[in-house]
Amino acid sequence: MKLTLKIWRQGGEYKKGQFVNYQLDQVSEHMSFLEMLDVLNEQLISQGKEPVAFEHDCREGICGACSMVINGHAHGPLQGTTACQLHMRFFRDGQTVTIEPFRAKSFPVIKDLVVDRSAFDRIIQAGGYVSVGTGQAQDANAIPVEKDQSSMAFDAAACIGCGACVAACPNASAMLFVSAKVSHLALLPQGKVEAKKRVLNMVRHMDLEGFGNCSNVTACEAECPKGISVDNIARMNREYLSSVFASDED
Amino acid sequence: MQLNGNIPEGSLAEKWTRYRSTVSLVAPNNKMRIEVIVVGSGLAGASAAASLGELGYKVKCFTYHDSPRRAHSIAAQGGINAAKNYRNDGDSVYRLFYDTIKGGDYRSREANVYRLAEVSAAIIDQAVAQGVPFAREYGGLLDNRSFGGVQVSRTFYARGQTGQQLLLGAYQALSRQIALGAVEMFNRHEMLDVVLADGKARGIIARNLVTGELERHGAHAVVLATGGYGNVFYLSTNAMNCNVTAAWRAVRKGALMANPCFTQIHPTCIPVSGDYQSKLTLMSESLRNDGRVWVPKKQEDAQAIRESRKTALEIAEEDRDYFLERRYPAFGNLVPRDVASRAAKTACDEGLGVAPTGLAVYLDFAAAIERYGRSKANTLGIHNPDHATIIRLGEEVVSEKYGNLFEMYEKITGENPYKMPMKIYPAVHYTMGGLWVDYNLETNIPGLFATGECNFSDHGANRLGASALMQGLADGYFVLPYTIGNFLSNDIRTPKIDPNQQAFLDAEKQTQERIDKLMNLGGKQSIESFHRRLGRIMWDYCGMSRNAEGLQKARGMILELREEFYRDAFVPGSAKDFNPELEKALRVADYFEMGELMILDALNREESCGGHFREEFQDEGGEAQRDDQQYAYVAAWEYKGWEEEPVLHREDLVFENVELKTRSYK
Repeated sequence: MKLTLKIWRQGGEYKKGQFVNYQLDQVSEHMSFLEMLDVLNEQLISQGKEPVAFEHDCREGICGACSMVINGHAHGPLQGTTACQLHMRFFRDGQTVTIEPFRAKSFPVIKDLVVDRSAFDRIIQAGGYVSVGTGQAQDANAIPVEKDQSSMAFDAAACIGCGACVAACPNASAMLFVSAKVSHLALLPQGKVEAKKRVLNMVRHMDLEGFGNCSNVTACEAECPKGISVDNIARMNREYLSSVFASDED
Repeated sequence: MQLNGNIPEGSLAEKWTRYRSTVSLVAPNNKMRIEVIVVGSGLAGASAAASLGELGYKVKCFTYHDSPRRAHSIAAQGGINAAKNYRNDGDSVYRLFYDTIKGGDYRSREANVYRLAEVSAAIIDQAVAQGVPFAREYGGLLDNRSFGGVQVSRTFYARGQTGQQLLLGAYQALSRQIALGAVEMFNRHEMLDVVLADGKARGIIARNLVTGELERHGAHAVVLATGGYGNVFYLSTNAMNCNVTAAWRAVRKGALMANPCFTQIHPTCIPVSGDYQSKLTLMSESLRNDGRVWVPKKQEDAQAIRESRKTALEIAEEDRDYFLERRYPAFGNLVPRDVASRAAKTACDEGLGVAPTGLAVYLDFAAAIERYGRSKANTLGIHNPDHATIIRLGEEVVSEKYGNLFEMYEKITGENPYKMPMKIYPAVHYTMGGLWVDYNLETNIPGLFATGECNFSDHGANRLGASALMQGLADGYFVLPYTIGNFLSNDIRTPKIDPNQQAFLDAEKQTQERIDKLMNLGGKQSIESFHRRLGRIMWDYCGMSRNAEGLQKARGMILELREEFYRDAFVPGSAKDFNPELEKALRVADYFEMGELMILDALNREESCGGHFREEFQDEGGEAQRDDQQYAYVAAWEYKGWEEEPVLHREDLVFENVELKTRSYK
């Protein structure tokens, strides 16, 4: 099939960006979306031009590196799918495909479709862990964990940290990402001890990084490639409120 | 050069305990002044950086990713082994050790493997304490499953995302140390050289991938946790950015590369569909518990399928060859990876492949669906169920077990694997070879350590399933934090390493020259196209089976291609900018040299063992023939210079505790 690609090109964080149109012939329906971009880049290189910079790594939907908005949707039109797992059979011959980076103040553009998501790392550093040093652990079966509870914790822990939730949200809120980690750890006995401190610190840091607030649009859940539920946000709000009231801090 | 593994004295079971009790320590007041660089933030790197930070060392951790959470450990699906014996099925440290030595076709070191088995249980404890949500039973205790090549259930798992959950555990431990200031994290930094001063590894040259600037970083010791070199083959299950540059640059500085020809080809991957293909996707080994592998018996049927004139469903039962069940009745579809891969290749070489490329065999769940369907109907009290009911119930059961994998398969191929057998083909997955290290995980360069897939030490010629996660975390959490003290305790009087000393300036200058050379090639062809061609040579001649003639030919082809690369490749953009093409060029330049060394090693090893199958060394039934008399050694290669022959050093493998036997799965 033939496609018209309308791609956001931007030299760097403080440079002006713009959409540039490219024609691509002979796109196979079996290609992945990123392989289609590979073909475009080979074409650009053969013309002596600079290829489109985009982030990618595992190409099997688990590393969370890919970060692009395709035709208005983070990771593209197919639900529950990262851009790398999206295949060209979901596009039509002659279609125009618009590709732009995840847009949020807290995700500055590095180049073209590549953005800086290190704000997520800093939120995890603010408390997204259990404080257990190597060698301090007791036997793994010492604390039984109810299967359903463990399974719910897993559902939250499946977040790949891609940032699609932020890109999808009109407020550029990171509530789904943060709440997934808060939920994962709060649901397990191992994470309970620090639960109150954790939620306060992570939320405080989320605000510091400039992410917006949640106004229950739930676009985050709709566009999350791993199906992380907004129930996590409700759980985090509950954790947060109870922690605020229990806290001695102001 | 005399290679000394520095194996501690004593019986196998005593070595590690005795070592830990007697190894030199570094006092807390000195740890504060001692700096350690960890390159890589996967399971091996993140666990090491976090643990060293907790001990009080000043750690700098480097990754080329935008975040330490993205390393390819994250993609491991199946599980992690540990000798917990929670099933009461006879598992023990010794049994895990024995299975690993045997699975590796007796080409690994006894003492290292035994230690790995010894610390395995503590990894599970640590991960659970971190909040890793392993699969559990209704009683709330941890669940296990069994994996290829063993007779006990010792594999812990977190759905099909065990690697992801373990990596996030290590990443979170690392994040805690970053917040405490014990670890300084450098995202988007790629190590391009290791710096030696007075014969010791004292730092690295790294390129800031956003600005393109080169940086000099000093430390008292350097740990490479930079993964394997499977991407030499271009197409593999590795992530796109996995590369050999960090390890290869160490080799260029004098570190030895051990057993580079030992590469693992995983039997169940989604086949190549076209020339644009960028990577291959694994379908977990667990599928072979229920899937039956077959090809048509007749070439004309296979051809009809390749030309879309027939489908698998039109091939009658008596016209199918379930070749693993036929050739290996004792293990059937669950033979180890190396054996299953070669059998699939043999079938396709005979013209029986079922994809348009001729390179695919079927993995068929129809029998399992029917079996589970009948069983489920029975459980539900449905007597004389009709066929449609059986299939519906059976598909539900299969979906519970493998739903996410079936979904992934359908996303990629557009075919429904419940209705039509999966098409699979072997693909490069893991590299057992790597930097030579002693018992301390230290290379022959003092102060330079290698952990995880980056070293060669634990898997011999073939790795068993669910052992890679175990090794990466064992090295990082429980081995290196002790063994690095052995080196650093002699360095407590060494002041902060000055990154402005001549050795650093020289290394930076050489790195800059490498970059300038690549930026100024001025040719026409893309870096990617060279990588593809190199990968094709490696796959054709140094892949699932090798022979002397082919290997010789491949060596010539690689040298020609390398010459063409330096004459006609093209790197667009600027070196002082975010430039993924330059990153690729630096890596591909090193792949040429690594690929050539793999071929030399494969030529040297005139036997078949594990993942290394030399066609000249097989029995009448096509099974591998090992030669313990001549090749029970580690082949460690020393780089001698551009266009110089590398020099082989041997470390004899001494087996005091296990008897060397032929692996048979018939």
